[in-house]
Amino acid sequence: MRKRCLDAVYRLAKKNKDIIFIGSDLGVGVMDHFKKEMPEQWFMEGVCEQHIIGMAAGLAMTGKTVYFNTIATFITRRCLEQNIIDLGLSNVKVRLLGSGGGLVYAPLGPTHLATEDITLMRAIPNMTIVAPCDAEEMERAMMASERLPGPLYMRIAKGGEAVVSKPEQGFELGKAIVHQEAGDLLFVTTGVMLSRALEAAQALEKEGISTGILHAHTIKPFDARTFLAQASKAKVVISLEEHTLAGGLGSIVAEVMAENSFKRTPLLKRLGIPDVFPDKYGSQNSLLEHYGLSAPLIAEQARRLLSKRPPKAVNS
Amino acid sequence: MKQTLDYSKLGRQTRKTITEMVIAAGRGHVGSAFSIVETLLVLYESILQVDPKNPHWADRDRLILSKGHGCLALYPILSGLGFFPKEELLKYCKPDGILGGHPEHQKIPGVEASTGALGHGLSIGIGMALAARMNRRDYGVYVIIGDGECDEGSIWEGALSASKHKLSNLTVIVDYNKQQSYGDVSEVLPLEPFADKWRAFGFETLEAHMDHPKELEDILKRPRGTSPRVVITHTIKGKGISFIEKNLSWHHKGKLTPLEIENIFNELEI
Repeated sequence: MRKRCLDAVYRLAKKNKDIIFIGSDLGVGVMDHFKKEMPEQWFMEGVCEQHIIGMAAGLAMTGKTVYFNTIATFITRRCLEQNIIDLGLSNVKVRLLGSGGGLVYAPLGPTHLATEDITLMRAIPNMTIVAPCDAEEMERAMMASERLPGPLYMRIAKGGEAVVSKPEQGFELGKAIVHQEAGDLLFVTTGVMLSRALEAAQALEKEGISTGILHAHTIKPFDARTFLAQASKAKVVISLEEHTLAGGLGSIVAEVMAENSFKRTPLLKRLGIPDVFPDKYGSQNSLLEHYGLSAPLIAEQARRLLSKRPPKAVNS
Repeated sequence: MKQTLDYSKLGRQTRKTITEMVIAAGRGHVGSAFSIVETLLVLYESILQVDPKNPHWADRDRLILSKGHGCLALYPILSGLGFFPKEELLKYCKPDGILGGHPEHQKIPGVEASTGALGHGLSIGIGMALAARMNRRDYGVYVIIGDGECDEGSIWEGALSASKHKLSNLTVIVDYNKQQSYGDVSEVLPLEPFADKWRAFGFETLEAHMDHPKELEDILKRPRGTSPRVVITHTIKGKGISFIEKNLSWHHKGKLTPLEIENIFNELEI
């Protein structure tokens, strides 16, 4: 996914000399072809992320569009003030490409886990946040980013994810994708949790549980209208995120539900990472399972919640 | 030929306006602003190519006041040049004004970056200087930073980067009044050997004594070399008023008393 993301920057830069790429201290050889072909548009600036955000803002204030890639934690946590003041307040065309969003760097421990990046970034006015589900969607998101007038945070997953997005669904920033129309159950996903939702839905459908899936690739601005249209049909809404429950997708869903009236308010369950630092290493998948975010565990939660919910009243 | 500027007179006028703004708002970073009055006058009166009628002119020189809390000195000068109406000055910090306690470029014509959180302006200036090179434009970028601001690690990140890119179109001006909010810089977080640090970071390092503003003017008019340049300006916090100079209780001041106001205006009449 990261490769597709950076390839997209290369392609955008090829056709527009005002598009700039900045890396911090990326792996050897990364973007060498870009450096060779467009040296004036390419920077590898070192382990100084706070400076890079400011420099990117200065470039953007002078008419450039800047794509900055490094590890997601360093781009969000470490540079929060720069992100708020230099990018958000100035509302400039800087795109932060955060590698390893979520639990990707599980073996490396909490210093490298980007599990509160969405919470931090969504508190910044003017900031758009996108978490694609696979490389194909990343490609579409990157192409859509070209026209965005303000700053963007792109959450990049591990890479090698199965492709579950469909080209015919298109991609519009801020427009959630209805993968399956809501039934008794609605999953709301962002990022790679879409694939877990699809797998869980498949199992549930076999048991006769009608399951909808709404994929919010754009977390901010959140497509509340499409969400409400889907949620109003469901008995149970489950939000799925590879992210802390404190302030991420589930919080957004809860906020939208709390401030809107339903004929029959669905039960909401937010599935994500609890308010703890992960105390295990292992792999992204093993940590996801540890926090109940594997497809079988998600399906199990859905069954339990639906069994609690009385049948929908006729004509209600 | 341009007449030699009377920095002493301009300085008194600027301090008078600053005082009027502080009276109107009931607050302001007086000491920090008085410290950089002459520096800003030299820049705007003698160095910077800017056009108040066209504040976004692509070839303009850029000045970033990274120590944004010194903005009380910037506003009267920008207004005097015609960037915005003088009426705005007395609306400083008021709900319907454009001039806040820290400058915002989205609101104020002539302001290049929103500053106030320290350690941001240098990196933004570096981005602008790099863009000048890419766009084949020959404008200069000037960034004024405080000495206390040099405590921020991001300043030194920026210094490394400016040196790497040999940004000969970048000038950093340090307001070295040797005092920060709590106390003397030498006690809070010593910077010496300060000039040596900048030299070690690859900057052409110069020093100017702001009791003689012409020193700074002459330095800034010298031909540029091939590296970024820093001018360490030796200044006095609260400069220009005897009882404010080096008096840390004036770093940020609330409402002025009638006696303070009278004494400030008396000294400025001299």
